[in-house]
Amino acid sequence: MNPSDRRYSKDHEWAQIVGEEVIIGITNFAQEQLGDIVYVDLPEVGSNLDQSSKLGEIESVKAVSDIFSPIGGAVIEVNQAVLDSPELVNQDPSGSGWLVKLAPSDASSDFSSLLTSDEYDELIENEAH
Amino acid sequence: MNNIHAFQRKLLMERSVPGRIGSILPDLDVPKQNLPRPELLRDNLDFPELSEPEIVRYFTNLSRLNFSIDTNFYPLGSCTMKYNPKINDEIAFSPGYAGLHPNQPIDEVQGALTILYRLQGYLREITGMSGVSLAPLAGAQGELAGVLMMRRYLMDNGQEQRLKMLIPDSAHGTNPASAKMAGFNVVSVPTDDSGNTNLEALRAEATNDLAGIMITLPSTLGLFDKNIVEICNIIHQAGGLVYADGANMNALLGQVKIGDLGFDVMHLNLHKTFSTPHGGGGPGAGPVAVKSILEPYLPAPIIGLNQEPNEKHYYLESPNKSIGKLAAFHGNFGVLVRAYVYIRSLGDYGLKQISENAVLNANYIKEKLKGYYNLPFDRNCMHEVVFSATKHKDKGVNGLSISKRLLDYGFHAPTMYFPLTVDEALLIEPTETESKETLDLFIETMKSIDQEAQSQPDLVHDAPHNTPIRRLDEAKAAREPDLRWSRPEEP
Repeated sequence: MNPSDRRYSKDHEWAQIVGEEVIIGITNFAQEQLGDIVYVDLPEVGSNLDQSSKLGEIESVKAVSDIFSPIGGAVIEVNQAVLDSPELVNQDPSGSGWLVKLAPSDASSDFSSLLTSDEYDELIENEAH
Repeated sequence: MNNIHAFQRKLLMERSVPGRIGSILPDLDVPKQNLPRPELLRDNLDFPELSEPEIVRYFTNLSRLNFSIDTNFYPLGSCTMKYNPKINDEIAFSPGYAGLHPNQPIDEVQGALTILYRLQGYLREITGMSGVSLAPLAGAQGELAGVLMMRRYLMDNGQEQRLKMLIPDSAHGTNPASAKMAGFNVVSVPTDDSGNTNLEALRAEATNDLAGIMITLPSTLGLFDKNIVEICNIIHQAGGLVYADGANMNALLGQVKIGDLGFDVMHLNLHKTFSTPHGGGGPGAGPVAVKSILEPYLPAPIIGLNQEPNEKHYYLESPNKSIGKLAAFHGNFGVLVRAYVYIRSLGDYGLKQISENAVLNANYIKEKLKGYYNLPFDRNCMHEVVFSATKHKDKGVNGLSISKRLLDYGFHAPTMYFPLTVDEALLIEPTETESKETLDLFIETMKSIDQEAQSQPDLVHDAPHNTPIRRLDEAKAAREPDLRWSRPEEP
């Protein structure tokens, strides 16, 4: 079960509104599929991301995968702890393994295009079979 | 732990004893000179100091840890190493070839050029193309040469706006990188449920900015795309060119000419299909073959022939619109010699048998194992078969553990987690040289591992148990790479 306090993309990222900011990470399903994560590449603070544009890369022992930004906005903080210890994304993808914080450009419209936790649970249920 | 094992793990530097020497330099037999700049001489270099037998044992013991195609079966096939007949090496090593200098006058290397000229001709025949350049030094360089030719051709024809390169998601991973390097924008095309390219998605992308498509045939799913002729037609009608990644030609040799299917340009991996030991990254040869429209763009040099009444003379030439040279000299000559010997010793009948046996062996494994491992595409495969190791995931046994457990049984692991579109992919390529007995042994082993995964999952999960080094921590190695030995601090 994925937390219901946030929205999800079909590419397995989550976005959570906290005050004026939006926190972005990848889902537990995504980290399970990737396996042991060994490297995370994130954008510079200040860069602008469109919704669904490439946010960064995650490298696991299996493969390198692109991460897409579930919402548009300007990067105001990147999670230095994840850059130093990529395994945080495996250990706590929905919490301390978050990736970036954005100042959203149009949060409400971007959010409405994302999945609720129930819809996302259903999506991964189908993908797993 | 047994002391001898601990000792054998020690690195050369850790075995070093100050003052010990391995050989005695001969007496000086020329007048002693003082160095003009003695400060260039450093005396603080950290070299290991050992005796000759210590060094011999160190390297001999290391070499005994090697896993090789000469000792065991490799189910990851030609991708890393298929069996390469020894006669190819023997001939390539002969002094007349191995001792040539690339700057030798052209009249002195007519024999070597004869081989290259004939090889160009054989590859034209095998691919059904009209021009071949042997210059590319590897498969990926062949790809780059191919897409650069496409780009130049489009520009010469006033089509420089055509920048979209389609690449099916079942293609080799190097294809998008090559296309990008040549200035194209890559658009991925999905695979349909039966493992062919999704034609609907392809048609939607066939717009007037289309440059072409790069198709791996057979695909990395080990499947022959049944829509291939239709794909070539769609791309051509939209004004694009069609590229074939011929790295999997083991499956097609002598059965079908890629040019006849409608492709405009392709590369071959001589070091895969036409034999050369290449595990560990080289050397390779990735010749490009093209239809006549692209011939003027071939990379240099091409070997030409002047047919005089009483004499043949081979020469090197550069086509008039050539994309240029890819390396300083003539390609990886030793690999080209091996391919020539391979083709000549097998002949047309033998080449055909390679693909027949490669495909038969893969299908034999598929049929015998499909009740035991999930088979995402249950149809005849080509030279390789992809399974999905998802059956025992609930017990913690995945594709990685199954691959590691194979090591305990004396087999190399197959390609795993590729292609990316298959969950827990195990891509098995037995190749044409393996006997039924070897395949049966492998099949029985895979069945045993399936049984173990059910009854003793920990045995599989924690494998390997019998290898000199047990399960490595790949995640730690990637997160904290330790690439350089440094002398421990004095206590």
